[in-house]
Amino acid sequence: MNLDFDESEVAFRAEVRDFLEKNLPADIQQKVRGHAEIGKADTVRWQQILNQRGWGASMWPKQAGGTGWNATQRYIFDEECVFAGAPAQLPFGLVMVAPVIMAFGSPEQQRTFLPKILSGEDWWCQGYSEPGSGSDLASLRTRAERDGDHYVVNGQKTWTTLAQHADWIFCLVRTSSDARQQDGISFLLINMHSPGVTVRPIIMLDGGHEINDVFFDNVRVPVTNLVGEENKGWSYAKFLLVHERTGLALVPQGKRLLAELKDIAAEAMKTDVRLRDRVARLEIELAVHEMTLLRVVSASGSKRGPGAEAAILKIRGTEIFQNIYEAILQVTGGAYVDPAVANRYFNMRKLSIFGGSNEIQKNIIAQMVLGL
Amino acid sequence: MNLNLTEDQQALQDTLRKFAAKEFSFAKRKALVAEQAAGAVNATGFSPLAWKQLAEIGVLALPFEEAHGGLGGSALDTMVVMEELGRGLMIEPYLGTVIVSGGLISTHGSSSQKESLLPSIGSGELLVALAHQEPGKGFDAEVLATSLKGPGDGLVISGSKAQVLYGAQSDNVLVSVNEGNGVSLFLIDSKAPGVTWHDQKMPDGTRVARLELHQVSVSESARVGGKGDAGPVLNRAFDVANAALCAEAVGIIVTMIDITSEYLKTRKQFGVTLGTFQALKHRMVDMFVWAETARSATMLANVRVASGTAEEAHWACSAAKVQVSDAARFVGQQAIQLHGGMGVTEEMVVSHYFKRLTCIVALFGNADYHLEVISSKLLAA
Repeated sequence: MNLDFDESEVAFRAEVRDFLEKNLPADIQQKVRGHAEIGKADTVRWQQILNQRGWGASMWPKQAGGTGWNATQRYIFDEECVFAGAPAQLPFGLVMVAPVIMAFGSPEQQRTFLPKILSGEDWWCQGYSEPGSGSDLASLRTRAERDGDHYVVNGQKTWTTLAQHADWIFCLVRTSSDARQQDGISFLLINMHSPGVTVRPIIMLDGGHEINDVFFDNVRVPVTNLVGEENKGWSYAKFLLVHERTGLALVPQGKRLLAELKDIAAEAMKTDVRLRDRVARLEIELAVHEMTLLRVVSASGSKRGPGAEAAILKIRGTEIFQNIYEAILQVTGGAYVDPAVANRYFNMRKLSIFGGSNEIQKNIIAQMVLGL
Repeated sequence: MNLNLTEDQQALQDTLRKFAAKEFSFAKRKALVAEQAAGAVNATGFSPLAWKQLAEIGVLALPFEEAHGGLGGSALDTMVVMEELGRGLMIEPYLGTVIVSGGLISTHGSSSQKESLLPSIGSGELLVALAHQEPGKGFDAEVLATSLKGPGDGLVISGSKAQVLYGAQSDNVLVSVNEGNGVSLFLIDSKAPGVTWHDQKMPDGTRVARLELHQVSVSESARVGGKGDAGPVLNRAFDVANAALCAEAVGIIVTMIDITSEYLKTRKQFGVTLGTFQALKHRMVDMFVWAETARSATMLANVRVASGTAEEAHWACSAAKVQVSDAARFVGQQAIQLHGGMGVTEEMVVSHYFKRLTCIVALFGNADYHLEVISSKLLAA
């Protein structure tokens, strides 16, 4: 047992760092470091730069156009990107729909969709939640009815992140009401530019526009856009849920944020023991949480399949990240609340809600690990 | 980077788990502890047979150099042992004798001291305790009242020591004394003239003693290490002890979760098992997340002790102690809570795990102490 990176891993880190120094555009870096909003253009530009280097999809296998990196290389890459001030890559195509298309999609779907995810040409969003179906996702009611070579889709999705930019949405839709709820759901890829698709902004508590309602009014979707088999969509969604996802551990992001907190709090910590203890505790929690991530990274490759690891990493990662933000809010405010910092703090409350709320993560652990 | 156990470590884990299950049942443990309650001061306080068997398995010699009959194991190997001792709720004096005292002799002793002492510790024939803490002072005191007089009429030690783990049962005791501007260590016979032990049974069934030293004569050859240079060595020993203690706590924590989870699956109220209630499921998950956190913290501490710098090890051991103490409190209290009335009875093994867990996390600095270690470093940065 050791925490040392071997020679090739050290060299790899240097290579990534060198690439970032030379290729990360200064204007984007400045926005990331200043916590400014990263728009579609910058996100796509960065994806293109990475893709030119062959690093567009760090989590994909080589034959699909990915890097074929192992978990340790991905960990190093993610960390270097965050430390350098690179923007996050859009996860919906790369991390979420692509593994499903690779595992269950037709060769035609793989040829059509994967290259454009890699190049940044297609912007994807996720159509899971509905107004009546949040944590109880399987109760979803958006219908897809077969009409010749098409499905006709009617219904509404909500909380759809960055749908305002999207070319495609991967949707869970109801194709049968006969059986158990879960057995009547299909996984459908829908072009956002189709007639009958309407996007309506939802403004968040910080005033920002990240999320949307998406309405489907008699939207015609070719049957060829069905992934896998009809009525098997729920199992594909579950595959996605437990697919190796360590991004929500927010470890490099947390490290960067903690460094920011220590910087901001340096003067106050000289006299304020309570603040110093609070920062110390966050520092301990993050270091230990990183160790949990490294345990998962180290174990991947061995055949202990992903299960509750992603849930633990999400719960702890989001809690610690939110707590660091809370500390930053209090330190920067002093006698008042700094509006810019406050809005970041408010925005970050989403972390413990999206991607399956932390309570849902606990249900997963209770069932999968504790057998309760 | 590799955070998986080696095949040897897995085999050791397996052997110890089977050993504890076979030889160290709850009933046997209760009998052992009860025997102590009957109260002969010089009762062993643990099972000499189990100690002998641990020697045969090789764990008592595990951390020592091969030249002295040891197996050359690292903190990562003793981490495996400590977790299993925790799972088995064993009360053997492994921490005090092998990890702390054996460790001090290994790193600080002369070659003749190592040659004469380590093989006997490894074979289970010799128990050595550390007597450092003094009444009313912290476990890591740097200014000691225990004095060394001489060399006029020979070297003589006088003073009082507290919290000596299995002191009254020991054969030898390492005593720290104030010498000039620093701390020195001497190894003395636990039954030497002028040595008085006050044995005390802790709530977890283990033994801790107070020690009175009244003009105990020692020779220069009993000195372990140099004059006044034991301070940093003791601090390192405390880091190592905490890394080990954390591993024992992890063993206890995961066992308490197993026991409680099993209870929730069988105990029925309102016509259903308790485990069907979401409030209780989520409580169990919180306990489980704390357990994984404690395990990560413990691995970090032991990896740093095994292969990090002294400074990295010190930070990681204190960080681990903070997290493991929090985990111990939460899991311990909630395991009792979820057992309802049964949890506060002497009959249930879960209450014995709780007592043990509560006692061990208090050793070698509690969570507040170790938070201050980490916190004060923020000032220096």
